[in-house]
Amino acid sequence: MSARETHDYDVLVIGAGGAGLRAAIEASAAGAKVGVICKSLLGKAHTVMAEGGVAAALAHVDPKDSWKVHFRDTMLGGKLLNHWRMAQLHAQEAPERVRELERWGAVFDRTKDGRILQRNFGGHSAPRLAHVGDRTGLEMIRTLQDEGVHQGFDVFMECTVTKLLKDGDRVTGCFAYRRENGRFLLFRAKAIVLATGGIGKAYKVTSNSWEYTGDGHALAYEAGAELIDMEFVQFHPTGMVWPPGVMGILVTEAVRGEGGILRNSKGERFMEKYDPKRMELSTRDMVARAIYTEVKEGRGSPHGGAFLDISHKPADYVKKKLPSMYHQFKDLADVDITTTPMEVGPTTHYIMGGVRVEPDTGASTVPGLFAAGECAGGMHGANRLGGNSLSDLLVFGRRAGLGAAEYAKKTGPNPPLDDRQVQAAEREMLEPFERSGSSPYDVHQRLQECMHSLVGIFRVEEDMTAAIAEIGRLKEDAARVRVTGSREFNPGWHLAHDLRSMLVCSEAVARSALTRKESRGGHARLDHPNLDPEQGRRNTVVRRDGESMHVSQSPLPEMPAELRAIVDAELEAVKV
Amino acid sequence: MKEARFQVYRGDAKAGKLQEYTVAVEEGMVVLDAIHRIQAKDAPDLAVRWNCKAAKCGSCSAEVNGKPKLMCKTRLDDLPLEEPVVVKPMKTFPVVKDLVCDVSWNFEVNKRIPKFTPRKDREWRWMQEDIDRVQEYRKCIECFLCQNVCHVLREHGEKPGFAGPRFLVRVAGLETHPMDAGNRTKLLKDEMGIGYCNITKCCTEVCPEDIHITDNAIIPLKERVVDEHYDPVMKVIRLFTGGSNKKEG
Repeated sequence: MSARETHDYDVLVIGAGGAGLRAAIEASAAGAKVGVICKSLLGKAHTVMAEGGVAAALAHVDPKDSWKVHFRDTMLGGKLLNHWRMAQLHAQEAPERVRELERWGAVFDRTKDGRILQRNFGGHSAPRLAHVGDRTGLEMIRTLQDEGVHQGFDVFMECTVTKLLKDGDRVTGCFAYRRENGRFLLFRAKAIVLATGGIGKAYKVTSNSWEYTGDGHALAYEAGAELIDMEFVQFHPTGMVWPPGVMGILVTEAVRGEGGILRNSKGERFMEKYDPKRMELSTRDMVARAIYTEVKEGRGSPHGGAFLDISHKPADYVKKKLPSMYHQFKDLADVDITTTPMEVGPTTHYIMGGVRVEPDTGASTVPGLFAAGECAGGMHGANRLGGNSLSDLLVFGRRAGLGAAEYAKKTGPNPPLDDRQVQAAEREMLEPFERSGSSPYDVHQRLQECMHSLVGIFRVEEDMTAAIAEIGRLKEDAARVRVTGSREFNPGWHLAHDLRSMLVCSEAVARSALTRKESRGGHARLDHPNLDPEQGRRNTVVRRDGESMHVSQSPLPEMPAELRAIVDAELEAVKV
Repeated sequence: MKEARFQVYRGDAKAGKLQEYTVAVEEGMVVLDAIHRIQAKDAPDLAVRWNCKAAKCGSCSAEVNGKPKLMCKTRLDDLPLEEPVVVKPMKTFPVVKDLVCDVSWNFEVNKRIPKFTPRKDREWRWMQEDIDRVQEYRKCIECFLCQNVCHVLREHGEKPGFAGPRFLVRVAGLETHPMDAGNRTKLLKDEMGIGYCNITKCCTEVCPEDIHITDNAIIPLKERVVDEHYDPVMKVIRLFTGGSNKKEG
């Protein structure tokens, strides 16, 4: 083995979105030597796309809001499949995490009395989302980035991790390459935090960027960690449907939070049929299925969506509160949203499932491996409420950073990396240049079609069985894809690897979805349309068994009586 | 279906040429869509940066028909398609490959700016109108198009003595924050080279976020530097008040 560039860290964070940066800041503050690896340039991670706000019971707009109300909303939104301890920590700690961002320089919109302003969102029973117009994610990532720059951790921009390396059970490092020049890199680390985000690029219509290929899920799975509840994929109700190039791009829920109304082609405010109480501010799973159903039954807009209208609000107000939506529609679709309704439809947005973690520390089932943010599972149950992901990545990014730093302190020096594992990882990356199979772009396109049409918003057994068979064929094709050109910034080569991650995640989604024979939150089955209380007491668990994927169910952790009482109580009784 | 011709820079810092591709055009398509089609069909190794596809991340900066643009926001129906569309990487930064530049210098500049330094003598309350301007500065998506067109950088390359408009905007966001207690005027003058800017407003013209970089960020900072470092009256006042005059009220 030739000498390779090798780096040593106490804590290595993979991913530099909100969760990764928050973890890195905390681990550094705890005294660990920290490295961060990210696929893009710093500050471009998907968090930058988050728009509407960060959910935290600051009670600035509704004084009756509290962590208990937030906890209850989150559990009910997740159809009680959430890990109660995660939902509790999240609701209790989110306000402090938001105030902390303010102390690091974030500039949130203000209430009339000069405090952080909060807006309504679906499923939240109080105006709870701290925000900056509709560019909250940008504010958050820039704040974390600028705070992080002075923490002294190293950032490896535009690098992809392809394999976790182990010594026995324990993770000891990883194999990576620089996207710019294709050179290989080795990292030795006492603890690794996965913060790689979601899997949206496995689907045809998605709000996610190219980075969202489920790398963390796949790395963890291959290293032997358990993934839970992978069947729960969130289709955001409102993505752009036209023009074709922007299909799937997010239209923030803040449009509805600020009073936007949904109508079908007949001009009917159709949410009256689906959720008359909460209307447009129902949970995302409900609204997405409602729009999908309206379109399917022939009441869609010209480009196959629903109309979302905010034009009844004053134009200046719309431009002030939703500036980036105003520009997005004006620039990309020639639509002035202050006078004309938008056309919107469901888009793959978020995965609730992910790496199974200890709520307090983010530790996975593999020693030395931690996870936070979207790639971790449990927090959101069967459906995530809008605004809860930005708070999730702050709360659990911090906890995973701390958990990893403490683990690193207790761990002895790193054993040398295993040469055989390193060489296998290297071979895997070089092989595509020597093959004669199809293009990775073709395989990717087929995977996206498969997931979109067979494991989408509504699911049936025969579709999912067909999807699993197709994923099997795609795995074989992916193992034969051909890459042309050099190792220098070669997107075809990058995709050839990312495909492997997407295939692991797609298989996990399809197999888990087939296993859960009920409809709950983001998982809707036409052949099992109702909630099944029995299955509602179980998580779906996926883990690797040799070369095949093993799916089982495990009982939900028991919720303590005092928390159960909050969930069971009437809203008025909690909101005091 | 309508077709359009694209001439895309292929190569690295040492050598390269414009390569022509033909792309099927659909309604509402942007330049980045065309680049992706070329990747999927003709040139799988064509290097390009992108993330959000919605003008929010500032990754896909390039020069389209000689004009600095975000490719995700540049619609084909705004371009004369009877001619080939020429797409080149940003000129100010060294090319890595094809449309990808080495912009790492910007991240190094950023590290030298002292972070937000909260005051301790005031409650965390302020009015929306106190931060409208701060929020304008903070809209920056770091596409580096302003750095690319700034003639100080474009004609002379990256220089240790000039930080460029992006980072003057960042400092403006810190200096005008109602709770910031830091003072970065010496840094602006001595290390960030604010004096090099002669207000040609090229940066403002290309900003995809419509930040009034020159009028709202650079000129007020220049005034602040002059007030503090060259104005004899202010020097005397400071002598008696014993501190910075940077915050009013």
